[in-house]
Order: sequence, then structure tokens, then C-alpha cells
Amino acid sequence: MIAFDDLTLAYDREPAVHHLTGRIDRGSLIALVGPNGAGKTTLIRAIAGEPIASAEGGLRVDTRRIGWLPQQAEIDRAFPIDVTGFVAMGLWAKIGAFGALGRKGRAQVAEALAAVGLPGFGARPLSALSGGQMQRVLFARLMLQDAELCLLDEPFAAVDARTTEELTALLLRWQAEGRTVVAVMHDLDLVRRTFPEALLIAREKIAQGPAREVLSEANLARARLVLASDTARRRDAA
Amino acid sequence: MSLLSSFFDYAFMQRAALGCAAISVSAAPVGCFLTLRRMSLMGDAMSHAILPGVAVGFLVSGLSLGAMTVGGIVAGVIVAMLTGAVTRLTGQREDASLAAFYLISLALGVLLVSLRGSSVDLMHILFGSVLALDDGALRLLCATATVTLLVLALIWRPLVLECVDPGFLRLVSRWSGPVHFVFLGLVVVNLVAGFQALGTLMSVGMMILPGLAARFWSHRLGTMTVLAVLIGLASSAAGLLGSFHWGLPSGPAITLSAGAIYLISLIFGRAGGIVPRLRPGKHFHN
Repeated sequence: MIAFDDLTLAYDREPAVHHLTGRIDRGSLIALVGPNGAGKTTLIRAIAGEPIASAEGGLRVDTRRIGWLPQQAEIDRAFPIDVTGFVAMGLWAKIGAFGALGRKGRAQVAEALAAVGLPGFGARPLSALSGGQMQRVLFARLMLQDAELCLLDEPFAAVDARTTEELTALLLRWQAEGRTVVAVMHDLDLVRRTFPEALLIAREKIAQGPAREVLSEANLARARLVLASDTARRRDAA
Repeated sequence: MSLLSSFFDYAFMQRAALGCAAISVSAAPVGCFLTLRRMSLMGDAMSHAILPGVAVGFLVSGLSLGAMTVGGIVAGVIVAMLTGAVTRLTGQREDASLAAFYLISLALGVLLVSLRGSSVDLMHILFGSVLALDDGALRLLCATATVTLLVLALIWRPLVLECVDPGFLRLVSRWSGPVHFVFLGLVVVNLVAGFQALGTLMSVGMMILPGLAARFWSHRLGTMTVLAVLIGLASSAAGLLGSFHWGLPSGPAITLSAGAIYLISLIFGRAGGIVPRLRPGKHFHN
């Protein structure tokens, strides 16, 4: 379970998220949505445990077994590493900085790659993958983390429809296994079709609940208005 | 064979070869990570930044290896810390504040050496004297290589992860901060150790050029690192022989040899070189 209690997260004294109160129950599959600049990535990073320049209020996460899927832009795909080496990082909790990957670890990596539809891709360099293949590789790494709480930052950005469909099925499977899945999402139609729950923010909480209700036109309009007036207020203050 | 006989006939050539081999084994793998982290110019700037420390060591004890080494390390660490502090306090980009501090350092260093030394001393510090390495310098180079390889082996996996996906490393472990500073420490120590042989201006060449050249031949970090060491060794041998037979200054001759291998790799390297890129063909290379 994740609980926010009047949570404010800020960079350079400007709150990215403010006065957020609410909770995400264990076993949820929830989309974190909002306009650009709404504070979605800041919030999910804070849940992941990244230190934020200024954090006030309460944020409680009741597990340390957290899996993380970053945006692709954060990964240096030109680095000379093969897919097996990259996916094996998901086993860090088991092998740490010094443990050997071993035959068992390699088998787990191969299984994870097969599960995301990339069997036999282990020896390929990361730089040779397409955007969709890279996203599948990130899902394979997340799978190996065997986390209770899976956090995904824009997992379907720039991914084709078939890949999105197959990877979405994985999210549903993880939820069925009892894991909590929180994903920052931009594709609202996909959220309505797939996610049972959504949390809509615009630096503050706009709505939380069943995805179709949360993503109503009225709520989305309010989110845009709140963000625009907050941005205008900051501009005037500057 | 007659070309190589100088290595067998002259003790100073054997010392130079051993010193350069130690630098190749040590600095080239560090340079691989430096270039992969897109910090090549940071290495260059840092090599200038150590100069005032070396100069203070020179002012205190003359051409004493120990004093100049300690001075260089202290100066490198101070500049690295100041750069980091300015970035955190002002939000100015790290490369900008590093450029400011290394220029100040370089000017201060040249000024300090000029206060007491001759232009010969200044040339010695700036360009090194690999053909005149004494026992102390050789011991320092070999010790640096040993420590560097051990530390690299220790931090290899977190260092790789920090390069590829730093956010993930921050989440799964507490290595993120320490691994960055330990790596910067390795850069400074290798530059300082290398200045005795190649000078403060040239020591960065053996750190950066072999790694850059090796990247054009392999998509695998392990292979790239081994290749970088071999390129460093080959450049050292070619530069020393050029220096011996044609009277060229040794530091620039070694760096130019590494530069020539880089240019050949840039054109023909099968992992991203210009000519293979122009040829249609394989999907990817391993």
C-alpha cells in the first residue's frame, strides 16, 4: 500500500506536486495521468524512493521490493552492452555488485526474454534494438526484479499497437499475481480500456477512482485549467 | 628486429617501455568508461587542473616525485569538488564550471612553476620525460596500475549500471554516489601518475584515445577494454621507437601514435567506423 498525506514535492522551491492526500491499495493496477508538467514523473520517482530536492508531508510505501521501468530517454543505448547483460540487472537484489550471474541467472534472463517475445535476443547489443524491442527488454528486466510494487514511467511511449497490446497483457498478469502496478500514462484511451483505476493530477489531485469516471471530460478540463492557472500564477510571481 | 633492438640494448628504453605499459594497462580501461560516460573533455580539463598542485610540489621540493604527486592529487580533488559545489549551488552546468576552474588552474600552475623553475622544468612538467623514468616513478606507475585494476574490478558492475541507467542504480543500491566519486578518484590518480612520463598535457591522451579507438571495433565492453589496453601498448611501442630512432619528443610521439590508430579505427572500425557504415549489410555486429 502507498499512502500520501498532504505530500508536497518541489524542485528549486517550485512545487511539482502539492498537498496530495490519498492511497493506492495493495494489488492495484492504477494509471497515473495528467497534462504535461502535472508532476506525474516526480511523484512516481518519489514513490520509487528517489530523493527529491524538497519533500514535505508524508509518503509511506509499505514494501522495499520495488521494480522500476524508466523512460527510454534515461538509458544510454549506445553503451556497449548486450541484452543479457542489461536484463540481468533486474537480478541485482539477488546477485548484487559482486555475485556471478551463473547458469541459473542466465536461464532466468532467457525465460524473461521469451516471455516478452524476444527469445534468442540475448547476444544482441542494446544499440541494435528498435524502440519497441527496447521496451520489451525493459519489461523483461522489470519481470526479473520480482517486485511487489512495479512502477512504470510511460511504458508505452512510442511503441506500436501490437507491442502495447502484448505488454499490457503482462501488466494485467502481474496484477493477477497480487503485485501493485502503478504506471505513468499518456494514452487516455488505453487507460480507459485497460486500467481499472486512475489517479488524475495537475500538481494537485484532481480525481482518483475507476478509470472511466476519473477520465471524464469535466475532470480533464479541470486538470488543464488548474495547471494553466498555477503556471500563470508562477509566471506573474516571477 | 633491428628496429626493436633498442628495447633490448638500452636500460632507459626498457624503463620507458615498462612505464608506458603500466600506463596503458591502467589508464586505457579508465578512459573507456570516461568516454562512454561522455566525459572525454572532462578528462582533458582535469589533466590541466592538476598542474597547480604539481607546481606547488615542485616549488616546495624541486623535481620530487612524491611532493608533485601528492600536490597533483590534492589539486585534482579540489577542482572536482569545487566544480560539483558550484553546479549544486548555482545550477550552472558542470562542464561550464569545470572549464572555468581548469583554466584558472592551468594559468596558476604555469605561473607557479615560472616563479622558481626554468623553462626546462616547465617543459618537463607539461610534457613529461618518459625516457628518464627513475625507480620511484616506475614504482608509482606500477602501483597505480595495480590499484586501478583492483578498484575497477570491484566497482565494475555498478559502474556499468551507472553509465547505462543511473536512475535504476539509484533505486536498487546505494552505490550511485560512491561509484561516481571512486571513478573520479581513479581518473585523477591515473592522470597524476601519468604526468611523470607523459606530462600533464599529454597524459590524458593515453587515457582517452585508446578507448575511443577501441569503441570502433567492438560492441562489447569487455572486448573494448582489452582492445584499448592493446592499442595503448602498441601506441607506446610505436611512439618510443619513433622517439629513439628519429629523435622525436617521446610524449607527443606516443600520443600521435594513439591518434593514428584512432583515425584508422574511425575509418575502418567494424563497429561504427565510416567505411563499414557506408556498406549495406549486416544488421548488427557482435
